[in-house]
Amino acid sequence: MTRQGAFYFAIMALLLVAVGIGQSWNVALGILNLCLISAIMSLGVNIQWGYAGLFNVGIMGFAALGGLTAVLVSMPPITEAWAAGGMGIGAALLSLLATIIAIVLVRRYVPDYLRFWATLITVIAGFFLIRGLLDPAVESIESVNPAHTGYLGGMGMPILFSWVLGGFVAASAAWLIGKITLGLRSDYLAIATLGISEIIIAIVKYEEWLSRGVKNVTGLPRPVPYEINLIGSDWFIGLTDWLGVEVASSASILVKLCYASLFLVVLAIIMWFSERALKSPWGRMMRAIRDNREAASAMGKDVTWRHLQVFVLGCAVCGVAGAMLTTLDGQLTPSGYIPLRYTFLIWVMVIIGGSGNNWGAVLGGFVIWFLWIEAEPLGNWLMQAITLYMGEGNWLKQHLIASAAYTRLILMGGILLVVMRFSPRGLIPER
Amino acid sequence: MTDVLNALVLITNFVIVPATAYGAQLALGALGVTLIFGILRFANFAHGELMAFGAMVTILCTWLLQSMGVGIAPLPTALLALPFGILAAIAMALVTDRAVYRFYRVKRADPIILAIVSVGVMFVMAGLIRFIIGPNDQSFADGARFLIRAGEFKQMTGLSEGLAIKQSQLLTVVIAVMVVVALFWFLQKTRSGKAMRAYSDNEDLALLSGIDPARVVMIAWIITATLATIAGVLYGLDKTFKPFIYMQLLLPVFAAAIVGGVGQPVGAILGGFVIAFSEVTITYAYKKFITYLAPESWAPEGLVQLLSTDYKFAVSFIILVAVLLIRPTGIIRGKVI
Amino acid sequence: MKFLSALNMSGGYGGADIIHDCDITVEKGEIAVVVGPNGAGKSTAMKAVFGMLDLHQGKVVLDGEDITGLAPQQRVAIGMGFVPQNRNVFVSLTVQENLEMGAYICDYDIGENLEQVFDLFPILKEKRDQPAGELSGGQRQQVAVGRALMTKPKLLMLDEPTAGVSPIVMDELFDRILEIARTGIAILMVEQNARQALEIADHGFVLVQGCNRFTDTGQALLADPEVRRSFLGG
Repeated sequence: MTRQGAFYFAIMALLLVAVGIGQSWNVALGILNLCLISAIMSLGVNIQWGYAGLFNVGIMGFAALGGLTAVLVSMPPITEAWAAGGMGIGAALLSLLATIIAIVLVRRYVPDYLRFWATLITVIAGFFLIRGLLDPAVESIESVNPAHTGYLGGMGMPILFSWVLGGFVAASAAWLIGKITLGLRSDYLAIATLGISEIIIAIVKYEEWLSRGVKNVTGLPRPVPYEINLIGSDWFIGLTDWLGVEVASSASILVKLCYASLFLVVLAIIMWFSERALKSPWGRMMRAIRDNREAASAMGKDVTWRHLQVFVLGCAVCGVAGAMLTTLDGQLTPSGYIPLRYTFLIWVMVIIGGSGNNWGAVLGGFVIWFLWIEAEPLGNWLMQAITLYMGEGNWLKQHLIASAAYTRLILMGGILLVVMRFSPRGLIPER
Repeated sequence: MTDVLNALVLITNFVIVPATAYGAQLALGALGVTLIFGILRFANFAHGELMAFGAMVTILCTWLLQSMGVGIAPLPTALLALPFGILAAIAMALVTDRAVYRFYRVKRADPIILAIVSVGVMFVMAGLIRFIIGPNDQSFADGARFLIRAGEFKQMTGLSEGLAIKQSQLLTVVIAVMVVVALFWFLQKTRSGKAMRAYSDNEDLALLSGIDPARVVMIAWIITATLATIAGVLYGLDKTFKPFIYMQLLLPVFAAAIVGGVGQPVGAILGGFVIAFSEVTITYAYKKFITYLAPESWAPEGLVQLLSTDYKFAVSFIILVAVLLIRPTGIIRGKVI
Repeated sequence: MKFLSALNMSGGYGGADIIHDCDITVEKGEIAVVVGPNGAGKSTAMKAVFGMLDLHQGKVVLDGEDITGLAPQQRVAIGMGFVPQNRNVFVSLTVQENLEMGAYICDYDIGENLEQVFDLFPILKEKRDQPAGELSGGQRQQVAVGRALMTKPKLLMLDEPTAGVSPIVMDELFDRILEIARTGIAILMVEQNARQALEIADHGFVLVQGCNRFTDTGQALLADPEVRRSFLGG
């Protein structure tokens, strides 16, 4: 990292400290944690864009898969639901597999002129078969204690495990999706990945037997202590007395610090791997392909296979970040995954930070998330200042203050436009 | 016999009429997107917000007219306000082109850069719209609501199924037809229109022929902004105006443009209807329909929905992805950028 | 002074020069052909005449007027016509629309121009409402040439017009080109099929590595043993 980059990170740290002093340490640490997660997602995107020039707009879908994995790994299994519908689900999954195999066989062995109709018939037949097995199973699962569960539950394993598994799940989905879509050119890839992520999120939102859908899964087990336990434990009370700080807020701070250290470790590991990859011959080749696809392919490099590798790795990182995010939240809220807004926020992070540079992506994650959060109080403050001289009941004043929240969007868009125009290589440019 | 008629009326009321109206709205939106794809050669992610912006200005003017007591009952007042919305959208489009896109066009930047930049524009417009009118539902429709109500229809025909046609649905189709005819007349019969098609077809040769690129771009934005506003207002009249909905509509609109064939106006229209009809038919519950047509013993137990209504938006993406994989040039062979 | 005098042209696409001190001239009603081996800079020289290349040395004079500083579109307006080698028609527009686009800068009624082009290429009149992309290669070339003729240019430049067409179509095209020349239009043509091109040429310019190697009448060049050995296969 260059001296200039280190300078920017220092400023970032100062800003967080300023928030800690000015607002509260709780708020500052809360922002820090989400900054860390954003930085990891940003890294995941940078791996795809910076190394290979892939414009993947579907990263929210992979984050959602990571979050779902967190649920599936850590929540206890609902044995009653498994008994009611487990077999049906299993049968449905097997028929899905069978249908896919059938489609592949049909496309390989059926002569050309019949192929379209044969594929169509196979798809339709498979669809009805799967639905026939799935629907009754789903109904019985969802009717098991719908207010509290109504789903299959998970494996009851430690939630940290889901951070790794989330990466694998996202990677597998990415492999499948990449195999299908990576032949497309950039604009189309963007739209296709956006569409696919919407489909994934729709499945997570509406397949209640899997994820409780919009009813959310709350009370996910934690890898760090609970505030309540801390407040009740003697050693902690002793510590806070000795330090002279308040118990309740300190408990919250300690919990956030624990998360922060975990996240930092993950970030460091991923960062180390990414930097090694970037500087390796593999990384150089990836960038050569990115810069001149035709030349590289003329030299015999299998461009699509390389792109697939990068796509899978980048999405895996996003999956890990998604699992971490759900862990931090302690719950899975499928309706919170709004692709258009958060995907583009992460893209702004990569571009502002410096596309093609991992440190840049991390910096971008910090800067943009910080701005996004602080833009709300800042917007409010701005509106109050502007309308200072207006009377209380003034319609314009009320309207401006109520609309302060939307200055965030304008700010983000404005930043993206300004950076793209005047400093497209970002804060920490690619070397 | 009455059963068959009932089934037909049922399908018409719940599938054919809504899908036709929705298809017309998508078609108008897709026409705008495909024009920009074809002439400026990038995916304009800010198109949904342009629709919302034009609709927003129209709504504000409608409220003004309504408060002044001006109206054209039984038609909605919004139609009077529409020209103002269109003018505002045109201004917005031309300003963003001059301030943002033109820089990259002159540099011959990669289309992906333009797409990213259009995302920035999308954010700014989205913030602006919510800032001005707020994020909630806004109602602005007035005038006669129904052309024919379900109850009236049942009385007239004696059938047990009713057919209701809203005025907004009829307006949508009529206006869409008028707009499309006008657009095609422009593109096929006028010198400027042919020049635009030539520019979209082969930019270098068009420049060689003396076609002024700045003029082509300006006309493209004017037409797109007009189409976007009309689509946005019709959608708002028919369903509701809520800023977030237009962000969501972006994807079915893109899907329609790509499915139909990028850069092909006829394709955009076809694509709009393909997407609309697919969304509606795949998520419709056919239980009652089958009950009318099939013998007693075959009466279905469940709703007989291919996909639940939750997946409505997912349908357009599934079709889009399928088309991109099987026939990326679209139904009417367009460009693959 | 010849009708078109492009003298001492040196330039390239940024980087090394491709043509060095190159001279091309054409007289009214005359057919001038530029031939040479691959990479000799033939197309580059033509593009320089048309203004699509940055010349750091040389002058282009048309009918006594120095047009070195004019952009290609401006040169079209003063009487130059250009038929590119590739992508030289609007494939999605009909034949008639292609011709109309050719005359885009004309602010007068182009009906007469249209009739003249149809007289020259009768098959275009037959297929006037068909999209140009549906025509055969030879017919497309006719559309391309017709398009360029719509502004009634005084100089018509063609970049490898017979590239990739069958010998019969090539003969037909060359017949047409002779007819066009007979109407008094100066013709400048870059060609790969050197022998056939030189047969109809009044003047020939043989370029090698961006420089004029041989300049003479078409017949003289065909008869010259050195030219024949090097470029015409003996």
